[in-house]
Amino acid sequence: MTTATEAPHVEHEHAHPSDLQYVMIAMFLAVVTGAEVGLYYVNMDFLVYALILGVLMVVKFSTVVMFFMHLRFDSRLFRWVFVTGVTLAVIVYTIVLLTFHVFNGRV
Amino acid sequence: MSTVEERTPPVGQHQLGHHEAKPGEHGWTQTGVSNEKLGMWVFLGSECLLFGGLISTYMLYKHTAVQGPRPHDLYDIPFTSVSSFVLLMSSMTMVLALAALQRGDHHRCRVWLVTTALLGATFISGQVYEFTSFVKEGMGYTTNTASSAFYTLTGFHGVHVSIGIIMLMSLFVMSLRGRLPQERSEIVEIVGLYWHFVDIVWIVIFTVVYLIP
Repeated sequence: MTTATEAPHVEHEHAHPSDLQYVMIAMFLAVVTGAEVGLYYVNMDFLVYALILGVLMVVKFSTVVMFFMHLRFDSRLFRWVFVTGVTLAVIVYTIVLLTFHVFNGRV
Repeated sequence: MSTVEERTPPVGQHQLGHHEAKPGEHGWTQTGVSNEKLGMWVFLGSECLLFGGLISTYMLYKHTAVQGPRPHDLYDIPFTSVSSFVLLMSSMTMVLALAALQRGDHHRCRVWLVTTALLGATFISGQVYEFTSFVKEGMGYTTNTASSAFYTLTGFHGVHVSIGIIMLMSLFVMSLRGRLPQERSEIVEIVGLYWHFVDIVWIVIFTVVYLIP
């Protein structure tokens, strides 16, 4: 039990990136997009191709969410709310697609 | 058990150096974060399920076309890559608009807001061009199940971008009328969250729908 004299728990925001850092992050995202498009024209095993594209997609997604949407610097409550939505969507629809055998081409 | 007096004000108020809101005062919330911002994050969390459903439906139907061309027979990857790049850059200009307003630089904020809206409009123009060329090549909305799933998914995303453009232009007009002071930068932040979400949805669509055959 806490009393009114105890200091309340306050989640302070951390400093956001500077304008130059935002530009650098955008350039990084552009390079990753370029790499994705480049891979499209490379002849390789489908599984390896899909795996690399999946990793690059997650990298881009996380970069935008953490730096542009400030989830890295903001309250943990926002992080929980959003991550719950994303995780729920991934789990639910992976199960749906597995049910229909989408990943082995037997729809 | 905590008392009402121990609750904290929204995080944004600390950043702007305001005094800490007490219970009953404007800006005080029980969670210690802004209700409006929390509302937007909850909305975006639910949107993940909407777009997850649309993407899954496309994946389910993309190989089931029995007549007419399928979407992945018609994709123009270089063109869509440029569109993706444009939308990605609009996320950068959006965050620069917010940073400018937080510094109190209203002129630069307006410039970045309009730039973001223009980049969004460029993306939408590209989508209209893509849809038109697909229809000309014989893939209409009802041609087959794959085309229906494709148009529904990308169309829903396009509508989200269009709504974002309307919100950005509303912010621009508010700023011109002097109704967007530095202290209310959270409005730009909330619209920015929506805009970045539209961008991350496209990141997934571009990879899953366009690049993976």
